[in-house]
Amino acid sequence: MDNHVTPPNSLVSVRNLSFSRGTTKIFDNISLDFERGKITAIMGPSGTGKTTLLKLIGGQLFPDQGTICVDGENVHQLRRAELYNLRKRLGMLFQSGALLTDMNVYDNVAFPLREHTHLPESMIRTLVLMKLQAVGLRGARNLMPNELSGGMARRIALARAIALDPMMILYDEPFTGQDPISMGILVHLIKSLNTTLGLTSIIVSHDVHDTSAIADYIYVLSGGKIVGEGTPEEIQHSESEWVQQFMTGAADGPVHFHYPAKDYVDDLLSSGKRY
Amino acid sequence: MTAFLEYLGQSTRISFTKLGRASYFLLQILAGILSLLARPRLLLKQLYSVGVLSFLIITISGLFVGMVLSLQGYYTLSDFGAEESLGVMVAASLVRELGPVVSGLLFAGRAGSALTAEIGLMKATEQLSGMEMMAVDPIRRIITPRFVAGLISMPLLAALFSAVGVIGGQMVGCGLLGVDEGAFWSQMQSGIDFKDDIINGVIKSLVFGFVTSWIALFEGYDAIPTSEGVSRATTRTVVNSAFSILGLDFILTALMFGEH
Repeated sequence: MDNHVTPPNSLVSVRNLSFSRGTTKIFDNISLDFERGKITAIMGPSGTGKTTLLKLIGGQLFPDQGTICVDGENVHQLRRAELYNLRKRLGMLFQSGALLTDMNVYDNVAFPLREHTHLPESMIRTLVLMKLQAVGLRGARNLMPNELSGGMARRIALARAIALDPMMILYDEPFTGQDPISMGILVHLIKSLNTTLGLTSIIVSHDVHDTSAIADYIYVLSGGKIVGEGTPEEIQHSESEWVQQFMTGAADGPVHFHYPAKDYVDDLLSSGKRY
Repeated sequence: MTAFLEYLGQSTRISFTKLGRASYFLLQILAGILSLLARPRLLLKQLYSVGVLSFLIITISGLFVGMVLSLQGYYTLSDFGAEESLGVMVAASLVRELGPVVSGLLFAGRAGSALTAEIGLMKATEQLSGMEMMAVDPIRRIITPRFVAGLISMPLLAALFSAVGVIGGQMVGCGLLGVDEGAFWSQMQSGIDFKDDIINGVIKSLVFGFVTSWIALFEGYDAIPTSEGVSRATTRTVVNSAFSILGLDFILTALMFGEH
């Protein structure tokens, strides 16, 4: 039974979502809302299905049960053409950047414009340079993806994600593997783009400090369930053991340090098998 | 015994599931051909990387195969005093069989493996997912142009292989072994039939190009997105393409030349 009331300002609403991979249950009847104009973070330990949730919202995966509505449209009941029309209004920043490696920076940012619009090349040039200027990499337009640092690649991918002026951007682990300067730049960019372009942002991350600094609302996932939700302040002061373990980075707790195994002594004393 | 039957059943089910996925994949590729006509640049770029970049290996291999054929043929034919038939022997062998088959095998090794690795790595680096999220169909944008390029390139490469092979045969036969040049060319001209030999050879190479491109692209698209997965997919492309080319060659030869 769904006890969640959809807030009037909700852009994405996930209801009673269940999803499994093989016999592993990734999500078990969860409901979430992502409000328009806000930065909502999905946090949780590695392997809890945060990226999977983004792929479900983008219609790349199908849920076993439940619905996901984006801007009032049920993503998984849309026809292919309708889904593609919806995706034109979404931007997604992949963890790896997912830049097309046979194109330079300029062509990567121009790619969605060339694919979906009939704008003259002079107009495309202006738009591409504006997007590159927004991420501070206008001077890198002639570089190939293999000449970029990890942080630069993500900023270029961000410029590409905003090329079609989307209503929402999905960020998949934007801070992973970044040095402090690149991290600071990305945090600043996500916040400023969200404000200046009037976007809605969903950030999947396990970086507690930087994500909390810019998020308006946080969901903490673990074991297929939502174990905590609220504003960053509420999450910081949550009484949930799960949330506290995650926020403080404790090695053991509800999320165990040890992967499930048989008794340690029995395991050491057993013989005859190589493993 | 039960375990063996279980394994057999499971393997069969997995194979048929994969065949189903491959067939659906092919249908999606074919459905994208019309839209490709509106963007010939995509095709031209792939014709270069699939076809033009295979030019060198095909030319050199064709030359040597033709030279060896001529050498071997001369020794056998001269036993019967029929060395003047060397031209027709070399040309028929190349146009009917060796041209399509050897160039097909080389195409699978050179272009097929490259296609699988490229698509597999695009999958592993989320480029294909990224395209989907940008509302761009990766099959139409990436796969179909490569498939059509393979289909067009293969008959041209096979024709090149045969032509260079004939020149190699002539160089060895007439230049080194002393076969009369007039007899070499005239016997070839009268012995090779346009429909029975050349057209059938072109049909074979078209079929091999179709199958090899399909296998290569599907293996890349279906690869497990890890370095080991891409490596295995690349190996499967070369092995499966070679088996398919040789098996189909037998079937096509039986159908084309069976009534003679």
